[in-house]
Amino acid sequence: MATHQIRVTINGEAHERTVDSRLLLVHWLRDDLRLTGTHIGCDTTHCGACTVLLDGKPIKSCTLLAVQADGHELRTVEGLEQNGQLHPVQEGFWEKHGLQCGFCTPGMMLTASALLERNPSPSEAEIRRAISGNLCRCTGYVNIVKAVQHAAEKMRST
Amino acid sequence: MIPSRFDYHAPGTLEEAIGLLERHPEDGKVLSGGMSLLPVLKLRLGYSTQLIDINRIPDLDFIRETDGALEIGALAREADLESSPLVADRFPILVDTSRVIADPLVRNRATVCGNIAHADPANDQPATMLALGAEVVALGPGGERTIPIEEFFLGPFMTALEPTEIVTRIRIPLPGPRSGGAYRKLERKVGDFATAGAAAQLTLADDGTVASCGLALTNLSGTSARAADAEAFLTGKEPSAENAGEAGRLAAAASDPAEDWRGDVEYKRAMGRVMMTRAILEAAERAAAD
Repeated sequence: MATHQIRVTINGEAHERTVDSRLLLVHWLRDDLRLTGTHIGCDTTHCGACTVLLDGKPIKSCTLLAVQADGHELRTVEGLEQNGQLHPVQEGFWEKHGLQCGFCTPGMMLTASALLERNPSPSEAEIRRAISGNLCRCTGYVNIVKAVQHAAEKMRST
Repeated sequence: MIPSRFDYHAPGTLEEAIGLLERHPEDGKVLSGGMSLLPVLKLRLGYSTQLIDINRIPDLDFIRETDGALEIGALAREADLESSPLVADRFPILVDTSRVIADPLVRNRATVCGNIAHADPANDQPATMLALGAEVVALGPGGERTIPIEEFFLGPFMTALEPTEIVTRIRIPLPGPRSGGAYRKLERKVGDFATAGAAAQLTLADDGTVASCGLALTNLSGTSARAADAEAFLTGKEPSAENAGEAGRLAAAASDPAEDWRGDVEYKRAMGRVMMTRAILEAAERAAAD
């Protein structure tokens, strides 16, 4: 079949659509649902700008078909903030100046939030490994690591 | 980038998936992790008009010990290998390998069986599975068959699989006592294919010499294959730095690298030698501690 009825929970909200087989998840999110916080960088599975969480795990949404997400749960950067409160990772990026141009930031924060879910006290090496599929061309990563450490501390203390 | 048009199927059983392949033997393609297939379709390096997604088939994501073998199911992800206590305990070479494949996000989707079935000589698992003497279990319309890994890779992106067969699992015999393995990869950056990679699996005899070994290189030939000369040399000898170096040299000499932006032929052979030497020494250390 060339089109499919899909139902996907995104940031806690169910979305139903009919999509083409070949529609990429990132294009569905951005062009149809207008969730434009998910960026398109390289479009070749390298850069991680299009990172979203699929059932809690970071994946590259330029390399998943929208139809593959049917029945699954997604979180995009728009879903990090809860009830007007920034996620600790977002606060960390704010406090530690974890971005310059900001293009990689949504993907970087989603990967970091997934890391902290499974490992609340990551070492610097573990943080660097976790974000090694998310490329940043501005910061040199130093402040990104500090931002994740800041978020980890905050999450442990609350 | 957008792939050309295709029909997408999401069968709920392996039998259904094989039925679809029988209906579309020419242009049916199995989608598991999709970390190679979707880029190929997007870049239009290849095409398929019938995509058969096996991700909705239950009970294929196992990593288990069965009848003296480690079995890795068609939907076990590379990230699952990294976090499996069974694998960490018995097969550190698999942890070495999965940790250097692409990047952590890709490894959340990429499957171990897909890394084999795709048969890209730049993929990392083929060399490791050759060193381990793995078997590929394939299911087709006529039932199941087991293909020794040495007979699986026929050429770049070409395998012994029939168009109507699906790899359902990889079987790796559990190594005996005093065994160890290691994988070493030189890459320009995280996410790149290997400039050179090497897999070594050794079993030591009581006197500390190499009782048996499996050695293979990554991305240094068009077809993944065991480094037979190097294996023959190392068997029966002590895994000393000198012997490991000579085995590395023999493996590299038998390789057939192609020049590209990762280096020229001479450089790649040299790096193949170094990676193989290091893999053997690390494998020997692990075997001695086993």
